[in-house]
Amino acid sequence: MDFSDTKEEAVFREEVQAWIKGNAPEYLYEPLSTSGFGSTRTGDYDPLAEAKKWQKKKADAGWACIQWPSEYGGRGATPIQSVIWNQEEGVYGSLSRTFIIGQGMCAPTMMAYASEEQKQRYLPKLASGEEVWCQLFSEPHGGSDLAGLRTRAEKDGDDWVINGQKIWTSGAHYSDFGILITRTDPDVPKHKGLTMFFLDMRSEGVDIVPIKQANGDSGFNEVYFDNVRIPDVQRLGEVGEGWKVSLTTLMNERLAIGGSIATGFPEIKALVDELRVASGSAIEDSAVRSKLADWYAKSAGLQNTASRAISALSKGETPGPENSIGKLVAGGMMQDIAKFALDLQGLPGAIMDPEIASGSARLQAMLMRSPAVRIEGGTDQILRNIISERVLGLPEDMRADKGLPFNKIPTGN
Amino acid sequence: MNFDFSDDEKMVQDQIHRYLNDNCDFSRFRSVLEGNEPYSEQVWQGLAEMGVQGTAISSEYGGVEAGYLTLCLAAKEMGAHLAPVPFSTSVYLFAEALARYGSQAQKEKWLPLIASGQVKGTIAVSETLEEARADNIATSFKDDQVSGSKLVVPQGMVADVAIVLARKSDALTLAIVELEGVSRTPVEMVDPTMATSTLVFDNSAAEELGECSDGWDALADVHNRAAVLIAFEQIGGAEKALEMAVDYAKERFAFGRPIGSFQALKHMMADMYVALKLAESNCYYAAWALQNDSVDFALAAATARVSATQAFQLCSRDNIQVHGGMGFTWEFDCHLYYRRSNYLTLMLGGLATWEDKLIGALPAADAA
Ligand SMILES: Cc1cc2nc3c(=O)[nH]c(=O)nc-3n(C[C@H](O)[C@H](O)[C@H](O)COP(=O)(O)OP(=O)(O)OC[C@H]3O[C@@H](n4cnc5c(N)ncnc54)[C@H](O)[C@@H]3O)c2cc1C
Repeated sequence: MDFSDTKEEAVFREEVQAWIKGNAPEYLYEPLSTSGFGSTRTGDYDPLAEAKKWQKKKADAGWACIQWPSEYGGRGATPIQSVIWNQEEGVYGSLSRTFIIGQGMCAPTMMAYASEEQKQRYLPKLASGEEVWCQLFSEPHGGSDLAGLRTRAEKDGDDWVINGQKIWTSGAHYSDFGILITRTDPDVPKHKGLTMFFLDMRSEGVDIVPIKQANGDSGFNEVYFDNVRIPDVQRLGEVGEGWKVSLTTLMNERLAIGGSIATGFPEIKALVDELRVASGSAIEDSAVRSKLADWYAKSAGLQNTASRAISALSKGETPGPENSIGKLVAGGMMQDIAKFALDLQGLPGAIMDPEIASGSARLQAMLMRSPAVRIEGGTDQILRNIISERVLGLPEDMRADKGLPFNKIPTGN
Repeated sequence: MNFDFSDDEKMVQDQIHRYLNDNCDFSRFRSVLEGNEPYSEQVWQGLAEMGVQGTAISSEYGGVEAGYLTLCLAAKEMGAHLAPVPFSTSVYLFAEALARYGSQAQKEKWLPLIASGQVKGTIAVSETLEEARADNIATSFKDDQVSGSKLVVPQGMVADVAIVLARKSDALTLAIVELEGVSRTPVEMVDPTMATSTLVFDNSAAEELGECSDGWDALADVHNRAAVLIAFEQIGGAEKALEMAVDYAKERFAFGRPIGSFQALKHMMADMYVALKLAESNCYYAAWALQNDSVDFALAAATARVSATQAFQLCSRDNIQVHGGMGFTWEFDCHLYYRRSNYLTLMLGGLATWEDKLIGALPAADAA
């Protein structure tokens, strides 16, 4: 075991540090470091514009999506180099959250299934943030049961005609392109009749309606398709193979979302270091210490598990479904931490105004955003299913729709 | 960065694993549990022939000097097999206390005997029904003799020698006491295979550890080191308990289907897996910190200890649940892990003690 950088890693780290020191938008350091969970605070500046500016600057200097091959906008870096980059980029990395779905999930799908010409056309601009992508998977009818989706694609000459609706599409309102999974054959079992495409979000017949979230933000949307035409060349993978293609996307979703993960521990620790409660200083209270120790052990466990995954990556192994634990642990933990933090303060704990609340109301923002962590990218329950079936090898759930043609599946309405 | 054990370390683990698989099945544990023998002499000798007791002891003192990373993996195997031998008390506690605080002469005398398995050691701390504190230790050390009684000493029934926490005028100290002639009575414990006893010292000959200036601090340091090794025993046990649960759930049917297809059980076992995985990763880090005397060692040790305790508790408890009524029989092996997990939880001070140590070891303005 060895945690120190190798010589080459140390040289690389110095190079990264030097570039970041000379180029990072230091004027955003303060607002970024006090951003509420799930949001990117940029003070007086426009968040999307700042995100694009930083991304473009990185891309021009060869520091965007560094693990991608250089012909697609990266620099062919190793997984370890990518980790070093993330460590050094620190808070500025949160500016790139806008691009995470595109770069983390759409791009690997494009790399695996798009034509060479398409990769050259789309990937560099995705890396540089000049074009933003979204993921059009979930539908009103069901997100966990993704393969039960209903949006239809029908062949018409060299085009496909799309009708239906997607929902919860993060960033659709500022996206230029999206990957879209559709049903092309309703007469076969549900996993077999799906086909994947990518499309221009400004295509005629695409209607994007923002959804206001429970925490008041508006990050996701409904997306309606009314006779939208997609050329067949924008099909990803074979007709009827959409499920297989989606697994590439979803596997990377677990990595992208589970990669560097917030847990709320630094925030609660900062709070109790200062706070006084009935028994005296909060950090001296044994009930507080017990909770805190549990959370520290969990967050250290996640960090150390991530280090093991990185070690495995650097030996050329692929991270498996065991990496589902990151989001599963962190989601519930953030919710518990936020709840506990508020509870320690009494009614003032419920103040949402960052100008008044302790810790710039980051824990309050966490309270309101953390329920989504337990749903997006696979719910807690779906993750437990994945762990029990694919890691522990327990039997699959009994499925009422097993083997049935899609159009014979009970729908409950 | 390379966050994994080396091939050499894994090879040693594999040898121990194979030895224990062939020679230390649950019948050994049960033989001790049912009082036929106080520990398994046969397994102890077998391990000694392989040099396992001397894994981390320097070659100068007759050990194989394979390092703490290797010892951690050996500990994991001990935990997985519930080996009924005084390994933890001899190797993690007695030998560590000597290696850290013994004089040159003391190390020369005792470490080779531990490494070869000729001598079994332990540490004697608690005296009252409360968890040991610096202010509830009354055993006295004076003129190279100790007097007083220790209430619960792990492996006290089988140890040849003990490190005894005793009061020397105002301060506490650690002294080596040979147990021949010391009166011992077995104490019935949640895990009877730990051969726990009271020890009553009556002007027993004792020798202070040569380099120990403050007995309480030295004990805390030895406990931190042992905590990492016991944490490895805990994850070894947790992994096995989870494996038992999963195997049973695949085979047992109810309502016409394997019980392992019920989500309530699947999710329970997924949670067992998560707890185990987190603990395992924390243990890996603590192993590295132990081997390298890392500055954050105390924090790493407490973190591994807290999460390994949680994982073994959860896995051994819910393993019984998955087994239903069978899980509550003497005949089924579920209770063996349940017993061991509850003993190990308390062996170096309970969960609350380690939670407290963890928070005490955090840097003031931590940024996890
Ligand atoms: C903030 C946010 C951003 C999102 N962004 C995107 C995006 O960009 N693109 C996109 O395509 N989607 C996105 N999603 C959608 C997300 O993937 C789905 O919400 C999620 O998969 C759950 O699907 P659902 O909402 O239909 O809930 P349902 O699937 O209806 O689930 C409802 C409840 O039933 C449980 N359940 C369902 N099936 C099972 C089962 N087999 N076993 C046990 N329990 C079960 C679930 O765990 C949940 O508790 C986003 C969601 C959120 C909250």
